Amino acid sequence: MAEKVLFFLFAGLAIASAISMVYHKNPLYSAISLVGVFISLSCIYVTLAAPFIAAVQILIYAGAIMVLVVFVIMLLNLDEDKPLNSLRYLYALGGGLGIVLLAQTFFIFYAVLHAPNHDVNEAETVGKTLSIGAAMYTEYLLPVEIVGVLLLMAIIGGVILSRRLREPQLELVVDNELQKRNEAKEIGEYRTNF
Amino acid sequence: MEPSLASYLALSGILFTIGSVGVIFKRNAIGMFMCIELMLNAVNLTFVAFSRYYADVTGQLFVFMVMSVAAAEAAVGLGIIITFFRNRQSVDVDDASILKN
Repeated sequence: MAEKVLFFLFAGLAIASAISMVYHKNPLYSAISLVGVFISLSCIYVTLAAPFIAAVQILIYAGAIMVLVVFVIMLLNLDEDKPLNSLRYLYALGGGLGIVLLAQTFFIFYAVLHAPNHDVNEAETVGKTLSIGAAMYTEYLLPVEIVGVLLLMAIIGGVILSRRLREPQLELVVDNELQKRNEAKEIGEYRTNF
Repeated sequence: MEPSLASYLALSGILFTIGSVGVIFKRNAIGMFMCIELMLNAVNLTFVAFSRYYADVTGQLFVFMVMSVAAAEAAVGLGIIITFFRNRQSVDVDDASILKN
């Protein structure tokens, strides 16, 4: 009974925060609402007996990603979101997509509710850090390594993207190259040297 | 008495719907980014719910992978947004129309 109450409390909180995130025009209000969604989902993970995932949810999403997003919002000093002007048909498209997805959700709810019931073993310890770690470093070692390489690539990509391109500037490089080609054409030499 | 699997799936579907509608309605690159994060979270909830109800650890491992990819996406995506803002003084995706003409 208590679990049901907790589930409906945090589910309502998550949905309300999600709607408020889409509703608010100010990106900072949206970010704070999104933190609310993350925290309520983390509480739901606790009721699902997955404490490791709940902790990681708070650490990675609410702690790292949202801090980065809020940092960027503050850095860029963004103002309010403008309404759609040229792409008005997107309202109809978005409404239609929402209705279709909601219908699918209710279909899944109905179908799963009437499916043969599967008893939950209360003594299961699937969500413990021990079992997750054991699976991570034995059976799923290769995916974990690949994710590590992916994170390294993301670090390098992030540094390269947000670095200010000072010397040599890209336009100058392109101009230089074009000039060289024209000169080569004038001498009658069509070879481009890279 | 725990809530049934169906209620978790319904919550996940509703969150996913809100996220995908938000991606279409928001004109702000950071707002769209946050809506995508919301959709990823909705899928994570499905994974954890199935992992609980079938007593299999694979779902939670997958959630871990999704979170890592989301972190990588945050780093690269926000870098792209900052570069775009530097060139256009705006993060409105309607301004990203250099390929149009």
